[in-house]
Amino acid sequence: MNTTKEENPLKKVFIICSKGNLEDVYAALVMTNGAVMEGIEAKLFFTFFGLDAITKSQLNKLHTAAVGNPAMRMPGGLPFPTILGIIPGVEAGISLMMKKEMEKLDIPTVKEFLEMIVAGGGVIYACKLAADMFKLKKEDFVDEVSDIITVGQLYEMAGGLGTQIIFV
Amino acid sequence: MAEKTIAGVIVKVNDEGYFENPAQWTKDMAIAMSSEVGLTLTDKHFAVIDFLRKKFLEGDVLTIRKVGNSGIVDIKEFYQLFPGGPLKLSSKLAGIPKPTSCI
Repeated sequence: MNTTKEENPLKKVFIICSKGNLEDVYAALVMTNGAVMEGIEAKLFFTFFGLDAITKSQLNKLHTAAVGNPAMRMPGGLPFPTILGIIPGVEAGISLMMKKEMEKLDIPTVKEFLEMIVAGGGVIYACKLAADMFKLKKEDFVDEVSDIITVGQLYEMAGGLGTQIIFV
Repeated sequence: MAEKTIAGVIVKVNDEGYFENPAQWTKDMAIAMSSEVGLTLTDKHFAVIDFLRKKFLEGDVLTIRKVGNSGIVDIKEFYQLFPGGPLKLSSKLAGIPKPTSCI
């Protein structure tokens, strides 16, 4: 059976973002926007702490974990002792540094990224279960969010040949 | 690497159809290439193409965000002008290399 990318092109991606930290949210955003830029139909679904990325009051305040993040290092490559992460302001400082580095690479803010995705034809959803759990309503989310949907609706939309579901 | 005749001129292109030598590009070639994909180029298309060529020749990395902030088109318009993969398509029609940015 031939399974080259010419015969089986990727037609649709459904990206699920369940985390609320900077790097995981951006991973989901880059993947979704990347798909849209390639002409691949893309849907982005935020659940649990991922809802922070689409909540008006939170999306500008996303952070990277400073405590218990085994991949965290000092600039220069020396290890970053987790105990340093407890000091007030360190987490915010690290997150700000990461945002600055991203800006240098022309990576947009979360809000701008969501706008770009929707402008390109991507669709953004929030998870009903998580929204109910965190007591969030459609008004709490940014305008780019189309709808609050259930897992059943997600699976209905994720059908079709050439579709991939990607979980971040 | 291959050679392709576009608008009556033999041009060196790579396997994906991008120009090996951006200096060979002319407006007529863009028109010829666009009709191959069923696209009719308007002044707006050329405004974007000129912007992309200018940025490329300045050595700038092209991102879809830059095009959106260029003042020439916004992102929604960009997708409408160049359907499918807009940055890839417009770069190909502009005779510049395939964009390498993740944005």
